[in-house]
Amino acid sequence: MSVLVYTESASGKFKKSAHEAVSYARAVAEQLGTDVTALSIGDVDASELQALGNYGASNVWSVSADRLKNFINQAYASIIAQAADQSGASVIIISNTFSGRGLAPRVAAKLGAGLADGAVDLPEVTGNVLTVKKTAFSGKAFAYTELVSPKKVIALNPNAFELRETGGDAQVEAFNPIVDDRDLTTVIKEIVHAVDKVPLPEAEIVVSAGRGLKGPENWGMIEELADVLGAATACSKPVSDAGWRPHAEHVGQTGIAISPNLYIAIGISGAIQHLAGVSASKTIVVINKDPEAPFFKVADYGIVGDAFDVVPRLTAAIRAYKGNP
Amino acid sequence: MKILVCISQVPDTTSKITFTDNNTQLNTTGLQYIINPYDEIALSKALELTENGNGSVTVIHVGESPADATIRKALATGADEAVRVNAAPRDAWFVANQVAGYAKDQGFDLILAGRESIDYNGSQVTTFVGELLGIPSVNAAKKVTLEGTAAVVEREIEGGKEVLSIPLPAAIGTSEGVAEPRIPNMRGIMSARTKPLTVIDPVDVPVLTRVIRYESPAPKGAVTLVDAGETEKLVDLLHKARVI
Repeated sequence: MSVLVYTESASGKFKKSAHEAVSYARAVAEQLGTDVTALSIGDVDASELQALGNYGASNVWSVSADRLKNFINQAYASIIAQAADQSGASVIIISNTFSGRGLAPRVAAKLGAGLADGAVDLPEVTGNVLTVKKTAFSGKAFAYTELVSPKKVIALNPNAFELRETGGDAQVEAFNPIVDDRDLTTVIKEIVHAVDKVPLPEAEIVVSAGRGLKGPENWGMIEELADVLGAATACSKPVSDAGWRPHAEHVGQTGIAISPNLYIAIGISGAIQHLAGVSASKTIVVINKDPEAPFFKVADYGIVGDAFDVVPRLTAAIRAYKGNP
Repeated sequence: MKILVCISQVPDTTSKITFTDNNTQLNTTGLQYIINPYDEIALSKALELTENGNGSVTVIHVGESPADATIRKALATGADEAVRVNAAPRDAWFVANQVAGYAKDQGFDLILAGRESIDYNGSQVTTFVGELLGIPSVNAAKKVTLEGTAAVVEREIEGGKEVLSIPLPAAIGTSEGVAEPRIPNMRGIMSARTKPLTVIDPVDVPVLTRVIRYESPAPKGAVTLVDAGETEKLVDLLHKARVI
């Protein structure tokens, strides 16, 4: 009845979402009266593996083989299922990241497990059934999903569960799975990381702008504001449709759904489709010259004013605050 | 090139989502259904890849007869034939089993679906189908090109992208940017009426998950407005709210 958590890494380090997943797994394990085994695949620094203890893992199983260095969902899913079997896990936690979404269904199918993805809170435990609160209708609602199978897979949304440092220690050991060549037919040709930018789905602060900016040439001030805040940049659908910004920046119902601590929306009216993707943000600031913009109805703080006037002032004010907090 | 496209229908993106029966059922009164926008991208890509007689496109939908209008729209957009599995789409696991059950002996080179449906936001079907059929899968493709017997796929990762090559047959979930959206023209609409729409019975699938109730997000309190000339005050409020 133990809990297994797969900890996703990039370039030898665990992502914040992996630490969140371990914290979550620990909390689930406490509900079930058991402990947590974390599974890492790929080359990860020894200190990073050890540090998973601090988030609540009792055991860390590490798989490092040259041919498993890069993420290949078929092979990784097979390894996770083997680790679940060998650790006797009844609950498997995976981050609901792009890669996690390519893994979780395969793991669930291999184990005959029910899958709830997009989890935003701890499950309710009733006997052998876990009920998971998950996002639905692109942020317009939550669905409580019962997992009724003996084994269960939960994919946890990034930024949905707070990190909990336990100060604990983990026992790190190598795990040697059997990997079939048929699970390794995918060839990774190129991986590009935008090194100077905060990944949008994991960002704690997001600065987003819409058609109110009038044209792509005016994004300099948005990037500058994002820069002083250490924030990711995003945009509304009309902006990415017009080609002013890349599709990867489009947040909303048909784009990326985000849940940062702070979402600053500039020159975005707040159509229902946009609100769906950002309403899980903990704090929303809206800057718009139209006082009737629907976005103000869901905002925590608002400034009615011209973005071209307000944004540079706000950037200056934040710079002053950062210099002298 | 023989392509299968999975189509789900979802409430129109402008819909207000409410629930009935003590928050256990979606309130479908007044809801307009559309093809899931991500599935439309998958369909557009399939049509692009099979242009000029270079193959065929079959669409598959798991649902009951009211969905036929949505399926006809996919045919009007250009798909050659359609299959409807006559059962309510219980969850992604159920849907994927129906798709895999139909596809397993049909010799499809490519199975395309949207990255996720905008109702339950599962993004599970593509990957489940890949697993059930024992073929490679990519769940959030930004770009897809064919090179011989492989698909070269650019997929989204947090803060970047990854380019990978997977042998066909394969299952791919499509995101925005994969294909130019296509809309039905008059000729398509006329011909859609006579294209084959086959209804088949579902295969049995064990129940692993069940949605038991829904909840609407808690309403926000009133907005605190700050004067445009007092951005320092906003910074102070954000500091006190401990978000910067």
